[in-house]
Amino acid sequence: MTETHRMISPEDAVYMDNNATTRLAPEVLAAMMPYLQDYYGNPSSMHRFGGQLGRVMAEARQKVATLLGAASEEIVFTSCGTESDSTAILSALQSFPEKRHIVTTRVEHPAVKNLCENLDSLTGHKHRLTRLPVAADGTLDLQKYEESLSDDTAIVSVMWANNETGVIFPIAEMARMARERGILFHTDAVQAVGKIPINLQDIAIDFLSLSGHKLHGPKGIGVLFVRRGTPFVPYLVGGHQEKGRRGGTENVAAIVGLGRACELAAEKMAEENTRVKALRDRLEEGLLASIPHSMLNGHKQDRLPNTTNVSFEFVEGEAILLHMDQYNICASSGSACTSGSLEPSHVLRAMGVPFTAAHGSIRYSLSIYNTEAEIDFVLEKMPPIIAGLREMSPFWKADA
Amino acid sequence: MWEYTNKVQQHFLHPKNVGEIDNPDGTGDVGSLACGDALKLTFKLDDKGVIADAKFKTFGCASAIASSSVLTEMIIGMTLDEAAKVTNEDIADRLGGLPKEKMHCSVMGREALEAAIANYRGLKLPMAEGEVVCECFGVTDLEVIRAIQESNLRSVEEITNFTKAGGGCGKCLDRLREILVATTHQGSGLVQIVDKNKRPQRMTTLQKIKKIEEALEREIRPGLRKDGGDIELVDVDGDFVLVSLRGACTSCTKSRTTLKEFVEKKLRELVLDSLIVEEAK
Repeated sequence: MTETHRMISPEDAVYMDNNATTRLAPEVLAAMMPYLQDYYGNPSSMHRFGGQLGRVMAEARQKVATLLGAASEEIVFTSCGTESDSTAILSALQSFPEKRHIVTTRVEHPAVKNLCENLDSLTGHKHRLTRLPVAADGTLDLQKYEESLSDDTAIVSVMWANNETGVIFPIAEMARMARERGILFHTDAVQAVGKIPINLQDIAIDFLSLSGHKLHGPKGIGVLFVRRGTPFVPYLVGGHQEKGRRGGTENVAAIVGLGRACELAAEKMAEENTRVKALRDRLEEGLLASIPHSMLNGHKQDRLPNTTNVSFEFVEGEAILLHMDQYNICASSGSACTSGSLEPSHVLRAMGVPFTAAHGSIRYSLSIYNTEAEIDFVLEKMPPIIAGLREMSPFWKADA
Repeated sequence: MWEYTNKVQQHFLHPKNVGEIDNPDGTGDVGSLACGDALKLTFKLDDKGVIADAKFKTFGCASAIASSSVLTEMIIGMTLDEAAKVTNEDIADRLGGLPKEKMHCSVMGREALEAAIANYRGLKLPMAEGEVVCECFGVTDLEVIRAIQESNLRSVEEITNFTKAGGGCGKCLDRLREILVATTHQGSGLVQIVDKNKRPQRMTTLQKIKKIEEALEREIRPGLRKDGGDIELVDVDGDFVLVSLRGACTSCTKSRTTLKEFVEKKLRELVLDSLIVEEAK
């Protein structure tokens, strides 16, 4: 934003935008360093200097599998969550070329949403897309979901938890309903992994996507879980890496980092769901109490422990964020101006959030690195920011 | 993250002239909550007809607030005729530039100013009388055409950046492309948008003259007379309608706009949609 290129230091940032990306855990960086600095070999090499990295990757793969309750051979490393999503959906369509129906929701991340909306031009075949609506609190109607499933359905792709509101969908039950009909089930679990317990042994999911940088791991690494026995067609075709399921030389350092991040996530899971959740609740209750005409977006209980999405009526999100930025408070907004498009977030619109509120929505997403003092700081700064902008707003009536 | 200039940041963080003038001489209200930005501009004239005070209330992003603030600063001290010449480019320039996706914020400032001046003069806004092209953001063809001409736009994406048209459901994108092609090809403001569904009408010259006279008297003169102006029909040659502006209109800097966007538009609507209005020299 500034013309001078002064960097905002991490010590100064009050970082509450963890659904966008997270801080690389120092333990993760430490685990990665040898593979960035010294062990630069290629795991596919015949010589031991390169080949020894195969064992290192196997350990990391096991750690990821453990966090998910999966077997290590079910873990395919990719470059990001988006690649995992594309791989899963396109694989299912190629495995069942006679099936041309996809079930998804109106609140998916663009990685799934835009792929599904452009399948016809991408594949050259016509597809039928069911985009399940959500209620005002962001939850799905399971009956509508069940009715949408048909013999023609190739795959269901439903996110585990929504990135904007944190609302959690009943994935276990939805996967079971798909399985009963022989339909493949994919979930974009990028926001859920590391924040809530997941055990794929008990759940009839065929594909699951996750992303390293959402759980204090590095950017540029993702995972696609592919259940053993699930038909699979690779997306990146090339070398024999990942048992032929994903070509391309392995990003060894990032894979090691992700393994360590998954280990840490398991260790911190309890803290995430107690201390972080308490911080989130304090922030949310404080904001709603101190700022009139503010409201929570999304279901209050069925939600990630770290996320709160609050609308401040009659003011615009970008303006709010840039005032917060003056105090180095980092968050996100579903407003039109911040989305790069001219319309507010598709998630809030699907929920029917009124325009008076959609444009003024702010998402705070916390992590284990947040402190009580930071919550106090944000609670102190927010009311005057909102009051100042409202004074400027032609829609705001002071006595309202 | 947008790259905002220091000037934009200053006006956003410390806006000038926030508020609403009591009993203003002119009020301009544009935008809406649904559109994501809105601006209410009020001004007061002194006894010499100079803008003595101007205030704004804006709902919108940083560049909308900065555009509003700098606009009030620019027009205080101007006569209405001077203020009427302020363009969205002037507003953006004063801010040291705006990101291209945010140019519509400066357009909103200019529209509010126009609306406030029209409100003072008791005129209807010519721009708003066009045909709505973009339903999501309520943008008319006349607004699109003017943006294309004034800011030299060359793509539909640029039209969206400047007017927001096409930024919602996207249904009007083909129509915007048509308008862009028609406008850039015809140049010089003589824009004619052919409605394919309408068959060309045939009329004798005498019929045209009669209908034009009728439209001038009933729909056009009353508006101009409010501002102390008038209009006379000089000649009709095919589709060319030669007119002469009288009274206050002769010295008005906006006379060409009035001619094209008010007189011509009205005559096309009421008489024949192929008419081209020109001033007799």
